[in-house]
Amino acid sequence: MSLFAPKPRLPGVHAGEDLQNGPAALRLDGVRMRALESGRSRLIATAVGFFVAFAVIGVRMIDVAVLDANPARPRDLPQARTDGLEMERADITDRNGIILATSLPTVSLYARANEVLDAGEAATKLVSVLPDLDPADVRARLAGGRPFVYLRRNLTPRQQYDVNALGIPGLYFEKGERRVYPHGPLAAHIVGMTDIDNKGIAGIERRFDQGLRSSQQPLRLAVDIRVQTVVRNELQRAVETFRAVGATGMVMDAATGEMLAMVSLPDYDPNDPPAGQAEALFNRATKGAYEMGSTFKLFNTAMALESGRVNIGSSFDATKPLKYGNHEIHDDHAQNRWLNVSEILIHSSNIGSARMAMEAGVEFQRSFLGRMGMLSTPTLELPEIGAPLVPKPWREINAITIAFGHGLSVTPLQLVSGVAALVNGGLFRPATLLPHPEGEEIPGERVVKARTSAQVRQLMRMVVTEGTGKKAEVPGYEVGGKTGTAEKAVNGSYRKKAVLSSFVAAFPMDAPRYVVLVMIDEPQATKETYGFITAGWTAAPATGRIVAQVAPLMGLMPKAVPAPASMARTPTAHGSRDVAAVE
Amino acid sequence: MTFGRTDTSVIGRWWWTVDRWTIAALFSLIGIGILLTMAASPAVADRIGAESFHFIRRQFIFLIPALAAMTAVSLMSPRQVRRLGVIGFAGSTVLLLAVLFLGPEVKGATRWISFGGLSIQPSEFAKPTFAVVAAWMFAESRLNPGFPGKAVATALFGLTALLLLLQPDVGQTLIVAAIWGTQFFLAGLPMVLVVLLGLLGLAGGIGAYFTFGHVQSRVDRFLDPGAGDAYQVMTALNAFKNGGIFGRGPGEGRVKMVLPDAHTDFILAVAGEEFGIALCLVVVALFAFIVLRGFSRLMKEENLFVVLASAGLLVQFGLQAIINMASTLRLMPTKGMTLPFISYGGSSMLALALGMGMVLALTRKRYGTEGLDQ
Repeated sequence: MSLFAPKPRLPGVHAGEDLQNGPAALRLDGVRMRALESGRSRLIATAVGFFVAFAVIGVRMIDVAVLDANPARPRDLPQARTDGLEMERADITDRNGIILATSLPTVSLYARANEVLDAGEAATKLVSVLPDLDPADVRARLAGGRPFVYLRRNLTPRQQYDVNALGIPGLYFEKGERRVYPHGPLAAHIVGMTDIDNKGIAGIERRFDQGLRSSQQPLRLAVDIRVQTVVRNELQRAVETFRAVGATGMVMDAATGEMLAMVSLPDYDPNDPPAGQAEALFNRATKGAYEMGSTFKLFNTAMALESGRVNIGSSFDATKPLKYGNHEIHDDHAQNRWLNVSEILIHSSNIGSARMAMEAGVEFQRSFLGRMGMLSTPTLELPEIGAPLVPKPWREINAITIAFGHGLSVTPLQLVSGVAALVNGGLFRPATLLPHPEGEEIPGERVVKARTSAQVRQLMRMVVTEGTGKKAEVPGYEVGGKTGTAEKAVNGSYRKKAVLSSFVAAFPMDAPRYVVLVMIDEPQATKETYGFITAGWTAAPATGRIVAQVAPLMGLMPKAVPAPASMARTPTAHGSRDVAAVE
Repeated sequence: MTFGRTDTSVIGRWWWTVDRWTIAALFSLIGIGILLTMAASPAVADRIGAESFHFIRRQFIFLIPALAAMTAVSLMSPRQVRRLGVIGFAGSTVLLLAVLFLGPEVKGATRWISFGGLSIQPSEFAKPTFAVVAAWMFAESRLNPGFPGKAVATALFGLTALLLLLQPDVGQTLIVAAIWGTQFFLAGLPMVLVVLLGLLGLAGGIGAYFTFGHVQSRVDRFLDPGAGDAYQVMTALNAFKNGGIFGRGPGEGRVKMVLPDAHTDFILAVAGEEFGIALCLVVVALFAFIVLRGFSRLMKEENLFVVLASAGLLVQFGLQAIINMASTLRLMPTKGMTLPFISYGGSSMLALALGMGMVLALTRKRYGTEGLDQ
């Protein structure tokens, strides 16, 4: 060990004490000198080392903070993951990815009854922690001796813990999953529901049952839950205000046929569906076929213009009721004069409409309505689709009544699809609940000429500015539409007081983006409507409120509205609308 | 504060002989440390459910005795420093032994020992006191060839390192090894042996890699960030990038919300994000200044013990800062090491104050035998 080799001891030299012995110690002897000399040069080396280290750190700081545009990142940034749960059934989302249906893992409690020692005691204990169970029923199941019997489905973790803590032999948990609909009834008629075994039994859940089972990818729908919320709220309000038996409403993208909202009231909560064949399970929007009444005059007008025998300036005799065989056709808002095509639509003249249909011809009417999709079962990605009720044979009297919306029952879905084709330039595109890829041109079948479409748009706008649909106006959004108040046929005769009042609208009318339908089933008059139950007083205001809320949501800017004279008195837009409506 | 040149009181003489530039740098560091503790620790305190100012209050409580200790120690003569070192080292060694049997296990290591509610970390005090004792031994052996000082110093190093590795605390072992190695080097270790020692150090590092699981995982993560969870360092780097040159402003940092060690090991990242690298570079400059200023003063020193002890203490101080900053900047594998005077931590603060107090005492201007013969 040369390292610690003893060296000859020099007298009087001790570290730290070497300087205390007076002036003699001031002399630097050879050993100390050498030690300090080598120490100093090595001190410099150490200092240089430190300097370099600090310099590297300083440079690295500048490098990281200023120069390096992309600091080193781990290849997989660790993040909280929520998609790791492998579920048997894929989620369903709206067009913006908001979850409409999802699956949660749960456990179900079952018993191997042949392993249960004391059924009576086990049942008593179980009911003490699961009080919703029926003690007698549980006892019977546990005493039955069967090797597998369900006791309760979908336990919460707390309940599972409590049952485990009882320590009853023969009880087991089965892992499973449960379908959850976070929005409850909001989109119930679209999404549908599953049964206790997670099998789709209604709506999208049933239509895409196989796809949802085999995929982990969420199924994205065209529906926009915000629009759906607006429509449902307004329909709910209309049902309550007018003590109606039900209502249905839809918002469709006029250019693509995508359904942004579809509501049918009454509806149900798919998390806790009603038992049996409840009326709430019935989807009025797609399954119910109704005589639409005056909204059908839109098709009649377009048909007449398409026939080539009628133009926008043609006039028809509406001076007196039209007699056909032993039928007599009356006008509700009788003008008792000759009316031109636009007046017929604006005043909703049955007589004029019937004469226009007769002018165009029975065959032309039938083939036209066939092209508009009114005579065949519509296509939509739902199992609950109703077929129209088409008269057979289709005689002239049928043509006359169909002209103003009676004698042919169609689903609200067909009406909306048809109106979309009328206003979008004349292309019919089937309705769909699945989103189209952004920016893709959707092929459509031409059903009316672009010119006819433009004329219909103009007429629909006039209905709102001058006719029966004034209450649907939303300043700046140029709503156009058509009212329809159809008496409901009950036991073969029409009842005056039971009507289906509807309003079909599109906006903005110069280049329609969306088609809106509101249909209220058997509204009752209120003081505010001065006893009226017609669509102009019931469905039109609801439509206006829907447009007022949906248009900003979809990013539509209102157009500048020229101030009417009344604005000086009632400066708010709302006020001016009321004034216009009361006139 | 001024004292007349003719003032021969203890304080007056201290004022004219102590290195006031180093004191100024130390106080600047402490000031920045207070600022950064106030910036970083409330978020951490809130996260662990403590009262927001919990860490700040505790840091202030430690600050007062720490400053008092530093000032008091800096008044000492080299001889008194040596005595303090010996007593302190003996006490630390006893505590290091005790901690192995009495200390609670925190995050897989036993490092803390509790005295009536006051938790201290003996390893923090072992480092500066070891530097003093080892310096004495090396100096003695060099000047007094019959004295087995090198053997004693090496044995004490071995003992300390063993006690630290048993905790286990590889980081502190590294610091103590660096102190011992540097002092040995300065005391005239033949160059052949310097190279040999370097190789031995390398072997020790590799040995640590294979012996301690956490060392291995940290090195692996440093070499291949994708292999494992390098979350803290990556977050810290992004914080620097976020902060840019002048930072996002006080309180605007986000890194403190997510980093568990934002107020200790990663406090520089908080500084970088909120105050920018401008402040970080000031911090680096202050550390470099203190270390290099100390070394430069040692160049004129004629007493070998003073040179070795001061160098050992400065190495401890500087290396700790370098390791902390290099870890945060991903220049080396993460090593849990506090940033001297800036990170939160009572024991660390007190022990560093003690160490720097000793440096101040040793680097005072002395004339002849002054200060050594009392």
